[in-house]
Amino acid sequence: MGPRFEELFLPHLDAAYGLARFIARDAAAADDIVQESFLRALRSFGTYRGGDTRSWLLAIVRNCCFDWSRSVRGAQSAGTDAELESLPDECSDGPETSVVRRGEIDEVRAMIQRLPEPFRETLVLRELEELSYKEIAQITGVPMGTVMSRLARARNLLTRDLEQRR
Amino acid sequence: MSACADHELLLQGYLDGELDAANTMTFEAHLQTCVACSAELERLAALRRRIRAPGVRYEVPEQLRARIEGALRREMVDDRRTDSEERGRIPGGRVSSAGRPARRVFVPWVLSGAVAALAACLAFVMFVRLPGITISDELVASHVRSLQVTHITDVLTSDQHVVKPWFAGKVAFSPPVYELSDAGFPLVGGRLDYVGGKTVSAIVYRRRQHVINLFVWPASSAEIAAVPSRRDGYNLVGWRQGGLQFWAVSDVDPLELQRFRGLFMAHAGDAARDGE
Repeated sequence: MGPRFEELFLPHLDAAYGLARFIARDAAAADDIVQESFLRALRSFGTYRGGDTRSWLLAIVRNCCFDWSRSVRGAQSAGTDAELESLPDECSDGPETSVVRRGEIDEVRAMIQRLPEPFRETLVLRELEELSYKEIAQITGVPMGTVMSRLARARNLLTRDLEQRR
Repeated sequence: MSACADHELLLQGYLDGELDAANTMTFEAHLQTCVACSAELERLAALRRRIRAPGVRYEVPEQLRARIEGALRREMVDDRRTDSEERGRIPGGRVSSAGRPARRVFVPWVLSGAVAALAACLAFVMFVRLPGITISDELVASHVRSLQVTHITDVLTSDQHVVKPWFAGKVAFSPPVYELSDAGFPLVGGRLDYVGGKTVSAIVYRRRQHVINLFVWPASSAEIAAVPSRRDGYNLVGWRQGGLQFWAVSDVDPLELQRFRGLFMAHAGDAARDGE
């Protein structure tokens, strides 16, 4: 069982890490979240019944992220009203800030991180992981129609953000 | 500024390649005539190019990759250790054992993972106990499992005086263990197993190339009388003696299994007469 688990899931380490970075918006927390996700996946490996390994893993990562944010922020993240969020202090004051203004990459990442949930995770799963509506619906536990409208909202917010910063 | 209202979702679906052929054709026809929608499509395509530019998607730092691979290896090695031992040793669970100190904020949500794992275990137990899955099914499943795993026994010895004390403290009853090699049933060893929602002792014997698992637990009046049966090619023979329920499971001939029962019961009778 050992090698099999690693063969199936370690190839998705980047995907897991990326999702954790974008949802948690905290680099140090993302490290711990990804590690905890892999341990949880290993322990639940007995319940894995085939299907897309990346989707299965990302659903666990997502749960870990929300467990983490619940424990850190309490109920604060519950009310999302589809407006762009200012980045949490640890991001804008952290060691990454100096880099943010420098590169196009950091600018795009910051732009995504300003999106509120659940639009942020939906956009990341679609644009960066290139998952289908069906896969995203399974991971986030909502109907495909909701995935589509969340994507529309996320993209709308992003294009508006871009125009304002131009 | 944006797509016309009744086409906004279609536009998303088109951009994402999620429309069926008919809707794709309809929407492409609409794009020919609608300036707003084609401008919006171009805007979204540009946005996608920026997001999908190389480097935006995170790559895991090498240090973290090594840390996680190490944690997985440790978890696999630790698998045999029980969770309670693990949690008793390290407050807050496994993140603490993973190569660098966990921050305090992690304790609650890591514990919630432990709770989830416990729930999964309970769900599994409940599944095993679903109506229709009989004790016989479970016994055969345990027998087959014991043949598949590399260690069929937790204590490997042909000495009955080693096997019997081994069970002491592990189960709340004292299963009788007899050496039957003179009669062609050498003792191989013993292990703990889980049948019918409780921990039972399994005493392992051999008959030529065949393995016989003898499951033992305290008899209860709720259990039906032990009728010899056959399931998936395995034979089961059960009996009750000295307040204990016995089930022998093997792929040996049913008559051999009956003989095994006779031998075992005779030894138990001798032991009782010897005033043990």
